[in-house]
Amino acid sequence: MKRNPKDLDAAHGKMTRRALFLGGLQLAFAGGLAARMRYLQVDQADEFRLLAEENRINIRLLPPARGQIFDRNGLIIAQNSPSYRITVVPEDAGDVEAVIAKLSSLVPLDPEDLERARTEMRRSPPFLPITLADQIGWADISKVAVNAPALPGVTPEVGLTRVYPQLGDFAHVIGYVGPVSDYDLSKMEDPEPVLMIPRFQIGKVGFEARREDLLRGKAGAKRVEVNATGRVMRELDRREGISGADMQLTIDAELQNYVQARLGRESAAAVVIDCEDGDIRAICSSPSFDPNLFVRGISVADYRELTEDNYRPLSNKTVQGTYPPGSTFKMITALAALENGVVGPEETVWCPGHLKVAGRRFHCWKRAGHGHVDLNTSLKRSCDVYYYDVAIKTGIDKISEMANLFGLGIKHDLPMSAVAQGITPTKAWKSSSYGKDWLIGDTANSSIGQGYMLASPLQLAVMSARLATGRSVTPRLLKSIDGVEQPSGAGEPLPVSENSLRMVRRGMYSVSNDRRGTAYRSRIVPKEMEMAGKTGTSQVRNITAAERAAGVIRNEDLPWERRDHALFVCFAPYDKPKFAVAVVVEHGGGGSKAAAPVARDVMLQALYNGTPPLEAYPKADRSRIKAQQERLERERVKRPLGSRSSRA
Amino acid sequence: MSYLEYHAKSTPTGLRKVLHLNWGLTLLLITVSSVGFLMLYSVAGGSFSPWVEPQVKRFALGLGVMFVVAMIPIWFWRNISVLAYLGSLALLVAVELFGTVGMGAQRWIDIGFMRLQPSEVTKIALVMLLAAYYDWLPAEKTSRPLWVLLPVALILIPTALVLKQPDLGTSILLMAAGGGVMFLAGVHSAYFVAVIAAGAGLVSAVFQSRGTEWQLLKDYQFRRIDTFLDPSQDPLGAGYHITQSKIALGSGGWSGRGFMQGTQSRLNFLPEKHTDFIFTTLAEEFGFIGGVTLLSIYMLIIVFCIASAIAAKDRFSSLVIMGIAITFFLFFAVNMSMVMGLAPVVGVPLPMVSYGGSAMLVLLGAFGIVQSAHIHRPRQASR
Repeated sequence: MKRNPKDLDAAHGKMTRRALFLGGLQLAFAGGLAARMRYLQVDQADEFRLLAEENRINIRLLPPARGQIFDRNGLIIAQNSPSYRITVVPEDAGDVEAVIAKLSSLVPLDPEDLERARTEMRRSPPFLPITLADQIGWADISKVAVNAPALPGVTPEVGLTRVYPQLGDFAHVIGYVGPVSDYDLSKMEDPEPVLMIPRFQIGKVGFEARREDLLRGKAGAKRVEVNATGRVMRELDRREGISGADMQLTIDAELQNYVQARLGRESAAAVVIDCEDGDIRAICSSPSFDPNLFVRGISVADYRELTEDNYRPLSNKTVQGTYPPGSTFKMITALAALENGVVGPEETVWCPGHLKVAGRRFHCWKRAGHGHVDLNTSLKRSCDVYYYDVAIKTGIDKISEMANLFGLGIKHDLPMSAVAQGITPTKAWKSSSYGKDWLIGDTANSSIGQGYMLASPLQLAVMSARLATGRSVTPRLLKSIDGVEQPSGAGEPLPVSENSLRMVRRGMYSVSNDRRGTAYRSRIVPKEMEMAGKTGTSQVRNITAAERAAGVIRNEDLPWERRDHALFVCFAPYDKPKFAVAVVVEHGGGGSKAAAPVARDVMLQALYNGTPPLEAYPKADRSRIKAQQERLERERVKRPLGSRSSRA
Repeated sequence: MSYLEYHAKSTPTGLRKVLHLNWGLTLLLITVSSVGFLMLYSVAGGSFSPWVEPQVKRFALGLGVMFVVAMIPIWFWRNISVLAYLGSLALLVAVELFGTVGMGAQRWIDIGFMRLQPSEVTKIALVMLLAAYYDWLPAEKTSRPLWVLLPVALILIPTALVLKQPDLGTSILLMAAGGGVMFLAGVHSAYFVAVIAAGAGLVSAVFQSRGTEWQLLKDYQFRRIDTFLDPSQDPLGAGYHITQSKIALGSGGWSGRGFMQGTQSRLNFLPEKHTDFIFTTLAEEFGFIGGVTLLSIYMLIIVFCIASAIAAKDRFSSLVIMGIAITFFLFFAVNMSMVMGLAPVVGVPLPMVSYGGSAMLVLLGAFGIVQSAHIHRPRQASR
């Protein structure tokens, strides 16, 4: 490109003028900065005179007391107790290692803690205190105090730490707190200064983490005069922080404790819900763990033990675990069929032991078949063929819609970690997540709660409560915040006809109270307490044709992790439902054998608000139940308020 | 033609180029970085870890980059400026998609040995592109509306992407540096008057938007502005940084407390003492004298750049040097204003001193371009 050299010169001249102009502006700005510096550092020097002469005012944050957590009766679940710790200021200690050696001859120091302290020392400036030992007993702390002159730089300090007196009972609900980590900070936008306090505890999982906003409170502050080495000379004034909000849960700690003991060492989950207002009275996942271990920082060995356990004690099976609901889903299929007029309550389906669907045989659990089956019988005896038949006539989308109405496939908003949504498959869902078309066989599988269908024990409990009341009962875990009652979960009436609901409830009644019902052995005897329920046994494996030919293998002969899940859902009293219970025993075998007795015991405990009378049980079982009650009574360790974990 | 004459009017070649480097500028850059090492050493409580060591390594790497960039003829850099700009846009989009979130903003891409902050690259790429644009554009078209609109769009695209991260500090820097280059290129002053007036209007709109549904800034950004205007209203929360920073600065006095003797800036809870707030440590330990010395070194660098820009006879060289100088100036001017309580805390590091890899590496690369322009400037033929 040809350019006129004169134009170019003119442009360059203009640029030079403007560059000089900008340069001038920049110089002026720099002059302004210098003037400001002079103002702050020279003219205002008098104001900082006192500070400059080695005595400065420093603001120290005071950690707020964390909100406490209670059960519905005011029993304490999470509290703060004073904890003593030993800190050292490396700068004041001089030879830190010598001081540590002297200290360890007085009190036992954990090598893991010491290692952590040494790393911390390398990272932070030498005038900041480093924690050497945490949660020290009173005896040890007094030894340190007495020997203070021989231990330069060492200070016994008192702070608050979280304690969970109920040990494992609430581990999955409450979760636990732990010291703020760099990882926690990196996730936050604009972290509050209070989080910079060494070893400040925040909620890590569960309720503690989900309601961190209200539990934490607001930091207080004190103004202290400090000298050049950072040593506090005197305190000028202090403003106490605002402690976090106290929370009351809907859970009944006594019941929770019973349920946890009743589940024992099984890998299982149980949920008790109040049918009237949706209050979760108990929500237990088994096996559990002691959350106090995590507050201090769990040892590698303890942690490995928890993570390597086949029964997954760290996972919260009640809301996080999802299982094929198996036959407990049949009420939903039945309602969908009834509501859509596909089948009448008296209409029967012929069950020869299997149904041919699209060229494939779908078996009933009873090979010989149930003969003519109506709705009531289908629930009572859990006939599969009946449901294959009515489900195919109803269509999967309507069944899933009904399941959603009853709280399946819906993520219930509870302040707990990792609340699962479960799956209620539809045609659209399958094509979008698998890219495949829905098959008629999928409908058959779904109708008996197998195949893609997944639900959490919490969802099953909500489903039972909604079946019992006909209202969209919503689970509630948080009863009140600082005494302010939270909205109840009673819910609106569901758009399902009372007639259909009554038929289904009648079927569930037969399951527990008809001599031929699948849960007859786990019935409740007194008329005014009678229970309605449904058993479920969900497969976790496919039965191959070869296996079927060789005769189905009994559950007991399979390795644990391939056995069926046992489920039971129920509500009681039948006439005026008060509680709904769902129990899932992972790989427990049949629902009637492994889950129903647990659910019945839990239900009775809830109904009688304590140990039920033996008369509530069938006569034949009473001596066995009596032994069991005594055993549980022994195993349920009584934990007085404020008791400490073994590690504390 | 004699041997001497030949050399006087042609640019140097091969290793001879090293002799023609702008050694004054190089020395100033080394000095500023050394001040940084010193302060990082002090902030770490007299230790090379965790900050000094990586910082020195990055500086060495940066110097290497600067020399390599300087050796490559300036017209090469002009020719790739469009590519550089598009590349930096791609990186900004990539950080949006795969970036790591740090302190609430999506700013980094992890490339193994270091974290790359694409917005740093963008600052230089934008300046290069604008310089190349005005080098190409005939001078008489400079002020025509359509030819003004195009560079404005070129500035606003990366600004919008950076603002989305969100990084308010860098987006302001981008706009100011881009505007600076346009001003130097000779765009009519009326445009700038108009933009400044509109800017004032926008600022009032931002404040009007507070609390409404179309709120233009994040809550924490409003809080920072509030506390900038009145730090005493929240001395423990968001005003904490500014209050602590001013106390540290003020307690430095005339000549400071002496090296490693500053306690104020290390004792408090300032979480960014080694990055954005490192100037407080310097001002506390070396006082007014130390602060003004650093400021003077910075200004000397600017003066060197302006001189170099005026000496360079081709338009691209002049504009790119000035653009880089403006960017550099904005860095330290904004950072110092923020530390001294003259501007809200927006998260701009002190160039070449604050701990951090991307900014230093990119700045040294940019100075490599300044050097390249210096080496490859057209020489006057002797008559």
